[in-house]
Amino acid sequence: MPQEIEKQYKEILKQYLMKQTERNLYEGQNFSRQLIKKNIAPDEVISIHKATLEEMFPELPMNVWNSFDLLIEMMIRYGLAHAEHQSLLQQQEEMKVEMDLAAKVQRTLLKTTRPKINGLEIGLVSVPARKMNGDYIYFLSDNLNNAGVAVADVIGKGIPAALCMSMIKYGMDSLQDVATDPKKVLDVINRIVEKSVNDDMFISMFYGRYNVENSLFTYATAGHEPALFYNAQNDEFTELHAKGLLLGVVANVSYEQHAVTMEAGDFVVMMTDGVTECRTDEGFIDPKIVITLIHSMRHEPAQTIVDSVFKELEKMQNFELRDDFTLVIFKKTS
Amino acid sequence: MNIQVVIKEEENLVKAFISGEIDAFTAPMLREKLATVQQKENLQTELEMSDVSYMDSTGLGVIVAFYKHVNANNGHVKLTGLSTRLKRLFDITGLGEIMDIETDDKGGNK
Repeated sequence: MPQEIEKQYKEILKQYLMKQTERNLYEGQNFSRQLIKKNIAPDEVISIHKATLEEMFPELPMNVWNSFDLLIEMMIRYGLAHAEHQSLLQQQEEMKVEMDLAAKVQRTLLKTTRPKINGLEIGLVSVPARKMNGDYIYFLSDNLNNAGVAVADVIGKGIPAALCMSMIKYGMDSLQDVATDPKKVLDVINRIVEKSVNDDMFISMFYGRYNVENSLFTYATAGHEPALFYNAQNDEFTELHAKGLLLGVVANVSYEQHAVTMEAGDFVVMMTDGVTECRTDEGFIDPKIVITLIHSMRHEPAQTIVDSVFKELEKMQNFELRDDFTLVIFKKTS
Repeated sequence: MNIQVVIKEEENLVKAFISGEIDAFTAPMLREKLATVQQKENLQTELEMSDVSYMDSTGLGVIVAFYKHVNANNGHVKLTGLSTRLKRLFDITGLGEIMDIETDDKGGNK
């Protein structure tokens, strides 16, 4: 192959020395692209140039040849820098592949099944800003009378957040009893998280459970964005507040628990700060806009509402999410 | 996308003046600055935040970590000059209950 390259280079050089046109220069540029592709180091390029000259003008003075040797020596460093760059590119590619795999593992690991309960519609959308999602949804249900949902947001994004999440999953898995009170659920998860996270890591989580028999939505929150309750009869939204510290800050926390009665047409909106803290280049999107959007679709099925809100907010942010976005709606239909 | 942190230490009292935006980009800088504070028994600290225009959960993480360190040595952390928006963040997260917080009483128009 080197001979082939030498032959081609000799041709290009000969043409250039004869005519010196733009076209000849352009050919040289193209040729250098090929050389880079074939991983030919800069010092080798100069060696080729020297060899070609020797063939074409053997009578050139010794000083010229010697100067090439110095130049070749100097270019070796550049060659090494280039090789290093190539290997970094390769490493980056490998990391990208691993990241894709990790995201895939995350999706499988964190799969959760949407409960099927008579008279209750559940809408869900959860979209990561990057490959790995820092938001987490877990459903706990007997598919008969109770539907529980945990909405969690791990501080930070990317891989650390994703790893942290499996902790919540296994904590939730251990609570197979759907009748467990929301405040108890948060207490259990807090103890697990507190033992295992770094000082600057924490999780906010909302846990709500709907019971068909008494139409009660019972909830507790660990420092999470308050959920919104839409009362169809009064046509108004209220925030569902409850006192409770973020998970992972202190070991012993007592969480408040409250409940609201749901009538047909009422719904509860649970979300992460990717929804309430939507940022565009001009600043924050007014949280009232989110409420107005939801209100305008209050008669639609739960899934339609969350899908449309996501689409609208994504558009407002120029299709570039800055934070993971999760929105869940529990809507009582009958 | 910038942040300034000025730390004044005297005896057992540390005051940090923070201004700018605390987000995923600037939080590491704040963390580094706060890490230079010498941790000792009963350290009294105050984070002055009236010129903080924005803070997200990453910033909250840095402050929680600082709080934990100081608290582990029986010290005290006070946050002062919080805007309405920041105060809401501390209230929602329940951190307002365990930390000593003074809001910005200059009218709350930040």
